Amino acid sequence: MRFSLGKWALPLYTVLAFIYLLIPIAYTFVFSFNDSFKSNISWRGFTFNNWINVCGEPGVCDAFGTSVLIGVVSTVLATILGTMIAIALVRYEFKARSSVSLLLFLPMATPEIVLGAGLASQFFNMGVTKGLGTVIVAHVMFCLSFVVVTVKARVASLDPALEEAGSDLYATPAQVFRKVTLPLLTPGIMSAALLAFALSFDDFIITNFNAGPVDTFPKFVYTAASKGIPAEANVIGSAVFLVAIIGVVLVQLNSARKQKRLLAGK
Amino acid sequence: MATEFVARGSNLDLVGIRKEFPGFTAIDDLDLHIPAGEFFALLGPSGCGKTTTLRLVAGLEEPTSGQILIGGKDVSHTKPHERPVNTVFQSYALFPHMSVLENVAFGLKQRKIADPLKRASEALDLVQLGHLAGRRPQQLSGGQQQRVALARALVNRPSLLLLDEPLGALDLKLRREMQIELKAIQIEVGLTFLHVTHDQEEAMDMADTVAVMNKGRIEQMGAPEKLYDRPKTVFVSKFLGQSNLFIGKIVETSANSLSIDVAGYKISVPKDRAEKHTGKIAIGVRPEKADLFQTKPADSSSENLIGPGEVKDIRFTGVSNQFLVDVPNIGLVTVFEQNEGNSTVELGDQVWISWKVEHSFGLADLPADTLDEE
Amino acid sequence: MAFAAFGHSGGSKSDFKTPRKTSVKVAMALLIPGMLYLGLFFITPLVSLVVTSLEVPDGSGEIGRYDYGFEIANYWAVIETYWPHIARSFFYALTATILGLLISYPLAYFIGVKARRWPILQGLMLTLVIAPFFISFLLRTFAWKQMFANESLIVTTLQSWGVLAPDQYLVGTDFMVIFGLTYNFIPFMTLPLYTSLERLDIRLLEAGSDLYASPAKVFGRVTLPLSMPGIISGTLMTFIPIAGDYVNASSQFLGSSETAMIGNVVEANFLRINDYPSASALSVLLMAAILALVTFYVRRSGTEDLL
Repeated sequence: MRFSLGKWALPLYTVLAFIYLLIPIAYTFVFSFNDSFKSNISWRGFTFNNWINVCGEPGVCDAFGTSVLIGVVSTVLATILGTMIAIALVRYEFKARSSVSLLLFLPMATPEIVLGAGLASQFFNMGVTKGLGTVIVAHVMFCLSFVVVTVKARVASLDPALEEAGSDLYATPAQVFRKVTLPLLTPGIMSAALLAFALSFDDFIITNFNAGPVDTFPKFVYTAASKGIPAEANVIGSAVFLVAIIGVVLVQLNSARKQKRLLAGK
Repeated sequence: MATEFVARGSNLDLVGIRKEFPGFTAIDDLDLHIPAGEFFALLGPSGCGKTTTLRLVAGLEEPTSGQILIGGKDVSHTKPHERPVNTVFQSYALFPHMSVLENVAFGLKQRKIADPLKRASEALDLVQLGHLAGRRPQQLSGGQQQRVALARALVNRPSLLLLDEPLGALDLKLRREMQIELKAIQIEVGLTFLHVTHDQEEAMDMADTVAVMNKGRIEQMGAPEKLYDRPKTVFVSKFLGQSNLFIGKIVETSANSLSIDVAGYKISVPKDRAEKHTGKIAIGVRPEKADLFQTKPADSSSENLIGPGEVKDIRFTGVSNQFLVDVPNIGLVTVFEQNEGNSTVELGDQVWISWKVEHSFGLADLPADTLDEE
Repeated sequence: MAFAAFGHSGGSKSDFKTPRKTSVKVAMALLIPGMLYLGLFFITPLVSLVVTSLEVPDGSGEIGRYDYGFEIANYWAVIETYWPHIARSFFYALTATILGLLISYPLAYFIGVKARRWPILQGLMLTLVIAPFFISFLLRTFAWKQMFANESLIVTTLQSWGVLAPDQYLVGTDFMVIFGLTYNFIPFMTLPLYTSLERLDIRLLEAGSDLYASPAKVFGRVTLPLSMPGIISGTLMTFIPIAGDYVNASSQFLGSSETAMIGNVVEANFLRINDYPSASALSVLLMAAILALVTFYVRRSGTEDLL
């Protein structure tokens, strides 16, 4: 058999593409072990110090904590509001449907800089002092549409007969929601919440316009970039990455295993 | 819970029910009485309003006007969870996040009935699925899911059990098996069953009474044998089995029979088997009631005879041979002959068709494509 | 990850089309809080941006003090001053979007079509595509800066090969900014492409070749048109954030003053020199351009599809 380029070109390309996608991650990870001095530009030797003493660099851990706090609060709010809208969009008939869809679509189609500058100018015009509150307001705003889209897909794939069966079996509307609708929507709501948290946690542009003196992790990195990002920031970035990627892979393997068991049960 | 739950089923009465959806009327002035303990089938093509009727009874839709009475009590405006009815949904609608047992116990728990799990396992035993109580619904086959849905509804001992095309998703063989089982269960528990289906064989096989629905109205209602033997409208004669229809004018009326002139042939029908006694009428006969002759039989006052016509098509279905005969001025006539292994009729043969006068039936209406001459 | 949501929104295979409930009260109760929120913190800020863009200095001579006005001239002024930045932004966005599409398409095709037989591998590859999202956007960009820094191995090697002149560097050039923009937004392109390719019915391709089409023709006549929804949403979701980005082009990261984009100008005017009207006018212009583009796209695909 002759060597077929067509057969191997695409897999080979895919491998190269993944290398390209993952290089900066590997770089960040490697340099989290750099025995750096002041800035973290050139390789000076391997050390665990940055990992052990991650809060040693002033500001890093505070910024990280602030980002987590903002992420959690924004996620909870955006998920509640967004889930309500998603249910209304799929399950109810109302006249303003297309306007509602447009209003939800627009924030996703607006460049972050416009969202950030717009809110900042509104806060400025209203005389609101920027701080934690304004950042959270901004994050809920840009996460909301993404939550709606994610939950909506789940609601749409939920057979309405299930809810009807609930009420047929003597459950009041509130009980149907609690015992049937909500448990079945949970996976969709969870992935929407994770998405919202990821968006909030990594946001820099909108935050930069509305945070005032509040330092989030991306803001810290941006400010530090002019003189070189400290290795401790690489540690936090790498740690978050590892937690997230392990989580995702576990979830995936688990659902693959469930699938197999379901098929075997048949 | 205010509603009482009876063990033997209740009457269901629909009085002047009308249901409009934006842009169309699904049900138009429907009256229906279903006696307690009966297996009642609503039969009709899709879009005829049968599923809407069922959803109205379940409380999943509200009637535009009219009353729904269960056991004599007006439930027209009560919510589904307040009605003593349970439904077996077409898609089964089993809760995927609960085990089979939890599914069956759901209604009992809602009503705070003692020992829900014990009762639920008993109900599962009734449908022979006790051994699968711990599984998730997704792990069961279609037939098993169907039985769980049945158990989940039956365990509540509803006054009325609603079945929405419950066998629709099963393959033919399983369907026939489940028909027998469903009927046996109905007799055992003695509840009132309201079964919605588009499968005429299923309806005729199981139901005590069949109502044929078309365009939001009930066209005819009665015992399956009666309905088949004496359809009253063109729709019923065609939807419930097959019929040959002949259109002609009534030319002679005697004490107990009518003579109709169909393209020059004289066709008779007993007076008590005709819905009208003057003017233009559609006369029908079932294909299996007609016989083929290769030579012209002698005229007889007890038989109707047409022909000769040419055999255009012969279909072999195993149990019977189905012939399509083109009779000049009348058109195509279908005849089923039992396959007794002695048929000599071949394609292109000239044949005569005859049937007993008492097998004819006269319909109240004419086929939609009949030309209105004169 | 964000745009996974976009990609998966085209209606899953098991969507139920049943009569929707008509209880207006409940629907409104569910909708109003969220809509009110977007009205307050999305719509009014846009209005506020327009208002600010027309303001005039209040005459006190203090920096950052403006009065309400109707100074359309602000717009002419920013266009005159910043047209190179505007042109550069759209040039960068267009180039990076096209490069992103070229890089992403084969990748999405392999994951969505070729890898169907191995669902676990498919899942892992998808995870790898979104993996960059799990590490800070700024850290990733900074990593490229370090790798392409003036004393880096890459630059010195290129200099020794004569590809770069001895005093020529990469950071701060158009090339570097476009490189960074392309890299950062590849997942946003790959995911929508993957979603539409994943739904592609292989039998259609087989039917194509059965009907005497060459592989190239099958691709051009069947695969490409059927993946058009993915291409549309991918390009849109790449182009929009790139046009408004200012991290890649800033001098702390991959750019220099020579590569400043609209975003950099808005940031500088808004946050540093407090020239709010100019920053707002530029933002409004950017928004208008994007809206025009989106409208063009939406006309072809419908909002429901995108949402």
